[in-house]
Formats: sequence, structure tokens, C-alpha cells
Amino acid sequence: MEKTFMTGNEAIAEAAIQAGCRHFFGYPITPQSEIPEYMSKRLPKMGGVYLQAESEVAAINMLFGAAGTGARVMTSSSSPGISLMQEGISYIAAARLPCVIVNIMRGGPGLGGIQPSQSDYFQATKGGGHGDYHLIVLAPHTLQEAVYLTMNSFDLADKYRNPVMILGDGYMGQMMEPVSFPKLTPRHTPKGWALTGAKDRPANLVKTLYLDPEALEKHNLVINQTIQKIKKEEVQVETYHTDDAEIIIAAYGTVARIAKTAIEVLRNKGLKVGLIRPITVFPFPCKIFEELADRRFLVVEMSFGQMLEDVQLSLGRKASVHFYGRTGVVPSYDEIIVEVEKLVK
Amino acid sequence: MQMQLQKVFERPRTLRPVATHYCPGCGHGIVARLIAEVIDEFGIREKTVGVAPVGCSVLLYNYLDIDMYEAAHGRAPAVATGCKRVHPDLVVFTYQGDGDFASIGTAEAVHAAARGERITTIFINNAIYGMTGGQMAPTTLIGQKTTTSPYGRTAEQAGFPIRMAELLATLDGASFIARVSVHSPKNIIQAKGAIKKAFSVQMNQQGYSMVEVLSQCPTDWRMSPAEAVKWVEEKMIPYYPLKTLKAP
Ligand SMILES: Cc1ncc(C[n+]2csc(CCOP(=O)(O)OP(=O)(O)O)c2C)c(N)n1
Repeated sequence: MEKTFMTGNEAIAEAAIQAGCRHFFGYPITPQSEIPEYMSKRLPKMGGVYLQAESEVAAINMLFGAAGTGARVMTSSSSPGISLMQEGISYIAAARLPCVIVNIMRGGPGLGGIQPSQSDYFQATKGGGHGDYHLIVLAPHTLQEAVYLTMNSFDLADKYRNPVMILGDGYMGQMMEPVSFPKLTPRHTPKGWALTGAKDRPANLVKTLYLDPEALEKHNLVINQTIQKIKKEEVQVETYHTDDAEIIIAAYGTVARIAKTAIEVLRNKGLKVGLIRPITVFPFPCKIFEELADRRFLVVEMSFGQMLEDVQLSLGRKASVHFYGRTGVVPSYDEIIVEVEKLVK
Repeated sequence: MQMQLQKVFERPRTLRPVATHYCPGCGHGIVARLIAEVIDEFGIREKTVGVAPVGCSVLLYNYLDIDMYEAAHGRAPAVATGCKRVHPDLVVFTYQGDGDFASIGTAEAVHAAARGERITTIFINNAIYGMTGGQMAPTTLIGQKTTTSPYGRTAEQAGFPIRMAELLATLDGASFIARVSVHSPKNIIQAKGAIKKAFSVQMNQQGYSMVEVLSQCPTDWRMSPAEAVKWVEEKMIPYYPLKTLKAP
């Protein structure tokens, strides 16, 4: 397959286009601005729409409006912008509108920095906005994987009528790699609920208000049943040298990629080290952790311990779990090697 | 001899045959009916989509038999933008209160107008936060008592009421901007004319259109419906003059 050399941001944008996304609403923020830039170049030429919103608040509500018509739509931002979108994301989840939201994480809290980070994990996986809902959260660790996951994210969103987040980081957004785009026929999901004008059918309604408490609970149960189904059917995880591993690193995204290099070096030194890499951070791959709970674990993140809590929950209280985190700074594989060696001493 | 009865008045097709939740004397129900009449007269029921955000507006979908969104507080123009950009062939309108349009949603309002978005806003200015029980709005008049301006609004403490029609009329993307009221039969007829014009501006691809409707809220103004109508005439109109500010 033909390969193209491009940045992660461009690769994600192109993958979305190839998955049938023709409408993009966004607002510039480093380190993801290449996504809106790419969309503004490509979409108008193919009969689509790129629109720069006045804010992330507006962008996510434009997405709400566009997704409500049943179109495949996407927005992207980075941490501070994603915070601003949380209200709209909650409404989108409540109205059960399929769409894709990309977060190319940078350092926080506050304005933080423009360096890569993974400190939006809680926000991404635990709901983020108000109310009982979850996003499906996909965390690629290479650009090629970002292409595959982005391409698939639209089908997933349609299938479950649930918003999907692509959770990357500034490193992944900015770096360049050759990627290929497999031929893809976007799955056609009928959307009888969409707002397209009430022609030859009863009027449709996209809503989130349920003043009757029983009606609200009934609606939330539908969302929850969807989430339970997603938990059962959509977990994706990579295990790497875990069979004989005495120490297992748990990491996702860019950090998992760095951990793989550390594992090569450590294995050459004779240390039995493996990796569990959640590809979906929601739904979280609890089962594989449960199965391997007798090993020793080192969780590594670009945060001060967020996925750590899901690992601990999956492993139970008796497990041996250690943590190494940097925030604002990308950990090097040397640092990971040092942390693993501390454990075997 | 058989008497011939001629039908001179009926419910618009677009208006559902239900009672509204609006309080006695409220202007919302009148405007809902006017919108339904305009949609019917243009014959666009099957290609019209409405967006009603948080506020007394929110249940509009119970009264209009068209595809509708419910939007977050203030965000209707952005939601309408998303819909219209995907389906330029649809007629898309927002129906927003003053807290919604002139306070929490000013950014969305101003930028939808500035972009010349092909949407129409029906803006219900009742000088108060109706749904939440009568708190001060951005359009509350100086001296007006509300539950959060219990001694009367002062400019020193809360600044000045916003004239949205005048503000938006300064924007090149805004094509039709008018202020009307629904406190008398004559004004209701004029209001309908303005709403009709606003929809036609959208359908003719002429840009953004907005009709500000001064609307009485007897419940939260703590008045009888008759007093409320008088208050619109004597207090609101002098500050919010009724006129077409801009037309293509
Ligand atoms: C983000 C957010 N803040 C506050 C509210 C509470 N709220 C509901 S309606 C409303 C005021 C509505 O007033 P207005 O827009 O003037 O419309 P009216 O009810 O008077 O027609 C407020 C503040 C909300 N729903 N969402």
C-alpha cells in the first residue's frame, strides 16, 4: 500500500475524510492546529464544510447541530479547548448523537503548556461533562494506528449513537511518519432519528430535557445499556511480551511506544518485562489486568497518575503496583529503564 | 334554508392541537402561533428545522409540528449553524429568550450574525429570566424590580440593558433586523409581517435575519395580563423602539 509522509494531525484529518467525514467545526489551538488547517484546505474542494467557530463552545454546538442531521462530523482541539467543550459533549452524549472529537493533549491544568501530556485522562474517560455518560475513547500509539482508529471511530459512533474521542498527545500530533490509508467503505447506518425536515414522517426531535424524573431515568438507562454493551464488545488492548513477564508496564499512547523501546533494552539485559497497552482507555481493558494480577506492575504516564487508578481498580488491592509519571515533560526510555531496574533490586 | 358557514379562522397545520405550558397573558404562545402561520403560508413545514434552547422557549417542539432541536443555554445559533451548513436547503430558525440570546449566548449570537449565517432568530425579549422564576436579565430595565434586583436595577450596580437589535444591525452579515411587540392585535399583525420577512430573507440567501419580539411576562413581572400589556407600551417600547433597523 502506498505510504504518505505526514504529521499525526494531518494523518488523523485525512483518515476522517476517508471515513466519510465532510463537515468539520473547530477553533485553533496548539498542538493540533494542523487538523483544522488540513480540513480547511481539503473539505471545501470536495463539497464539504470547514467552519472556524468563534470558540470551542460554539464549535461543539455546531457539531451538535451537524451530527443531529445524521452527517459524519468531527471537531478537534487540545486540552483547554476540550475543557470548554465539555458542556456540549454532555449534551451530545445525552442526545445520543454520533460524532468524533479529537483531543491532542497538552500540559495543564490552566493554560499549562504546549508540550505533550496525558493529563486529560480522567476528563476523557470518566465523562468529563455533567451527568451519567461516557465517551468511547481511543488512544493510538503510532500514526498508523491513529489512522486506523480514526477511520473506525465514525462507524463506532454510528453503531452505538455515542460520541467517540480520539485521545492523542502533542507528540503524536506534531511528529511525522509514513502512513498508509487502507481502502475503506464507510458503513451505512440508517439514522431515522436525524433532523432533515419532517417530510413523509412524523417530526423528529433531538432533545436532552426530561422533566419527569422517571422519564429521565428511563432515558439514562438506555445510555447506560449502550455503555455496558460497549464495555462488553469494544475493548481493544495490546499485550507485548507479557507471557513470561515478571514486571509489566502499563502505558498508553506515546508513552507505550517509549516503553516498548525500554522493554527491548531491558530484555537484552535479561529482564523479563512486558507491556499492557490499552488501545481503548474507555472501555478500559480490566480483564487482561485481572488475568495477570500476580505480576508486578509499573504504570507510566505523562501525568501524576490517572490511568493508574483504573489499573489499581482492575488489579485489586493486593496487587503490586508502582507508578512513574512526568507531566509537562515526556519521559525518556532511559527513565523507564531506571524505574524498572529499581523494582528488581 | 341551510346556512352556509364559511371558515375564516383555523389552527395552522404546523401548530399542534395542544394546550401550551405558558402562563396566562404570556407572549410566547402568540409568537409560536405566528411562526406556525408563517411556515404554513410559505408551505415549508417539511423543510423547516427549529432550535429552541433552555428557557421558557425550550418546549416549543411541543407546539410546532416540525423537526426540532433542544439546545443548551445560549447555543442555539451555533446548533442552527451546524444544521444549516450540512443542509443549506433547509429553513433553520432559533427561538431564544433574552437571557439566552443577550447574555449567555452573546458570542454565538454575534458571530452567527457576523458570518451572515442563513438562519433566522426569533428573539423573545421579556426583560426577565422567565423560566427560572424572574431573575434580572441583560434586558431588564433600569429601575425594574426582579428577584435578583429587588430594589430595582441600577446602572451603577448592574450596568445597562442591552439593545440586541441595534447591536446586531451594525454587522455586515446581518441582513434583516427588526423589533416588534405582541402586546396588541395591531402589533401582533406587524410582528407576523416581520417574522415572514425574516424567513423570506433566509430563503432568498440574503444573510442572517433576526426579529426581536417584546413580550409580556405577567407572572414574573408580578402584574395582571392587562397591566403587563400596559407596561410594554409605557416602559419597554420607549427603551426598545419598535422598528425595522435593517432590511435588504
Ligand atoms: C448553563 C446554564 N445556566 C443556567 C441555566 C438555568 N436557566 C434556565 S432558563 C434560564 C433563563 C432563561 O431566561 P430567558 O433566556 O430570558 O428566557 P425566558 O425563560 O424568559 O423565556 C436560566 C438561567 C441553564 N439551564 N443552563
